[in-house]
Amino acid sequence: MEKVMSNKWIIALYVLPSLLLIVAIIYLPIVLTGYYGLMEWDGISPMAFIGLDNYATLMRDEKFWSSVNHSFLFAVLSTVFLIVYMSVALVLSGNIRGANLFRKIYLIPMLLSSVAIAQLWLKIYHPTTGILNDLLTTFGVKETPDWLADPAIVLGALFVPILWQYAGFYILIYYAAFKSIPASLIEAARIDGASPWQIAVRIKVPLISEVIKVTIVLAVVGSLKYFDLIYVMTDGGPNGASEVMASYMYHKAFRGFEFGYGSAIGFFLLLICLVATWVIRRLTATKDTIQYS
Amino acid sequence: MKRKKLTAFALILALILIVSACGSGSKNGNSNGGASAGNGSNEPSGEKITLKLMHLWPDGSNSAQNKVIKQIIEEYQTANPNVTINTEVLENEQYKNKLKVLSASNDLPDVGFTWAAGFMEPYVKGNMFTSLDDLLQGDLKDKFVAGTTDGYAFDGKTYGLPVELNIVPVYYNKEIFSQNNLQPPQTLDELKNIIKTLNDKGVTPITLGAKDAWTASFWYMYLVDRLGGPDLLDESIANNTFTDPSLIEAAKQAQELVDMKAFVKGFNGLSNDEAKSEFMNGKAAMYAMGTWEVPNYTTNPDVPQEFKDKIGYFKFPTAAGGKGDVSDWVGGVGVGLFVSEKSKYKEEAKNFVSFFVQKWGEHSVTDAGIIPATKVDTATVKLPQMFIDLLNELNSAKKVTLYADVQMKPVASEEHHNLVQALFGKAVTPEEFAKKQEDALKAGK
Repeated sequence: MEKVMSNKWIIALYVLPSLLLIVAIIYLPIVLTGYYGLMEWDGISPMAFIGLDNYATLMRDEKFWSSVNHSFLFAVLSTVFLIVYMSVALVLSGNIRGANLFRKIYLIPMLLSSVAIAQLWLKIYHPTTGILNDLLTTFGVKETPDWLADPAIVLGALFVPILWQYAGFYILIYYAAFKSIPASLIEAARIDGASPWQIAVRIKVPLISEVIKVTIVLAVVGSLKYFDLIYVMTDGGPNGASEVMASYMYHKAFRGFEFGYGSAIGFFLLLICLVATWVIRRLTATKDTIQYS
Repeated sequence: MKRKKLTAFALILALILIVSACGSGSKNGNSNGGASAGNGSNEPSGEKITLKLMHLWPDGSNSAQNKVIKQIIEEYQTANPNVTINTEVLENEQYKNKLKVLSASNDLPDVGFTWAAGFMEPYVKGNMFTSLDDLLQGDLKDKFVAGTTDGYAFDGKTYGLPVELNIVPVYYNKEIFSQNNLQPPQTLDELKNIIKTLNDKGVTPITLGAKDAWTASFWYMYLVDRLGGPDLLDESIANNTFTDPSLIEAAKQAQELVDMKAFVKGFNGLSNDEAKSEFMNGKAAMYAMGTWEVPNYTTNPDVPQEFKDKIGYFKFPTAAGGKGDVSDWVGGVGVGLFVSEKSKYKEEAKNFVSFFVQKWGEHSVTDAGIIPATKVDTATVKLPQMFIDLLNELNSAKKVTLYADVQMKPVASEEHHNLVQALFGKAVTPEEFAKKQEDALKAGK
């Protein structure tokens, strides 16, 4: 059997099925999206090649740029909130009483699907029967906000459930990373007289820097292509106040019958994500990676 | 050694199987088109076949329609034992989306529902629907109310057959009205007085789920009609202009209603279903919605009789000095049936459509209280009063203006939805609203 596994052909044979699948399901559609982006196409009639016209329109499309702004706002806020998640993970990993219980509490939203979360928060935000406005009323607020109908606050209102949804994911990643730091290092620092704060900031956080980079990329790219919760809760409304790139693409392609234009948006989104990833890697690049041993 | 060869052989075999399975699978998907439910075999028609039907009336929210469809299918299958009808049900918005995806992948069901005019134009141009003229000339000749099939005709050919005819009355809760000594309004000013009175008493005057923007469009369309007369909106959309002062005045009036807090709090973030529940719970006094809601106030066994008795309707009030008439309605044909051009069993599908339309005409009236697009003989059956009243309204209607978003082409229609939300959310001025609507119409998409 070992001999079988050392044969390059056999290895290729094992890899091939999943390789084919990945190419067919991921890479081929990317190429096709780029191709459709060059077409004027309503999804039904024959396509007409129009070169980069869709992209030229895209550059002038105010609504698109406002959706890009919203997406980037989400990306920046999500990244900032990583600090909060990291602090929580730090505390949880420090053998506090009830850490197990807290870990479970933070993880629960991850078990729910986005649609369930959206439905839950729709109830919470309901202008008249929602628990949030009920609470505000009992505190004496006369004019309770219309959380999902007011263009000025709808983005903020959407961001809360999104943060809540992903908190468990990032806390878990950080928690695992902190737990993997050898106890001897911490022990040594403690003997040298380092305070818990110093241990956290000078030792623990630098040691998981690789993990931090990965989470930043995940948070940024994830925010840029965010779609499901917004689609269910506001559908990009009112009047595009909570439109993000992915929902705008969806609206153009499926509601407006502009599949070519929608594909152009999708391809542009891919490019933005790639650029963002590259920029983050450059910004966070360190020459010497810290090793445990 | 022998084992090694065997392993390699087994692997290759497995791979070939996988690859060939994938290949044939996708081939089926492409060539079969709409008839993919037909077991993939090449049985000649007349033998056991399966027709795929997609509709948009799930059991929970539109149970009356849902029941009628189930009944018709059963009757059809009894009359044609060789045919099995497979149904797929999706809620309104999902239905529209799925229809687009299916037609883009050439996989439309044999029979399905479509909306008229602008909505179905891309499908007709893309040669997705088959012409149903032979049915109209044959089995179904003179069965339809005059003009109802017009919206489904392109270049003289009819590609869909309507099953519903709807108008939009304003339903109101009689109990709330009488508790506050109110009468159904005749004029816009009276409506505004009612709104004031109800707001003072802490009752929500009008419920509106403007997250689904077409609901707010009803209000705008009525204001346009009452101020600018019955033909203004049709002509404006047909001529790609939106500059008539009445169109702007209607937008102003709409915003005035918003300023008066006429609509339920946070209406721009509420879906139609959420808004409807405010009315069904007796928390809101008025609700403008199509006559497809009438079963909920007449025949639907899930709604308590006590509540049904409380509900009345009134015609949208007239505006002082406006050109519109109280007997002008917003409404028009609702959804209609199409047969996929790619269907493997086109004749059977058409046969089913013909059967469906005729049976729908009978059942929808007697069992469900839905107004069909086919002619109704009210003399022979006993019907709920509200239903008869609305049928009479329809017969005496001076003009039924087809929903603005259905009249417009897809891109302009989508923009209309955004703009109506912006108008009611006070994110645009009435002038900007008209200007942007005109730009969207002029783009011609």
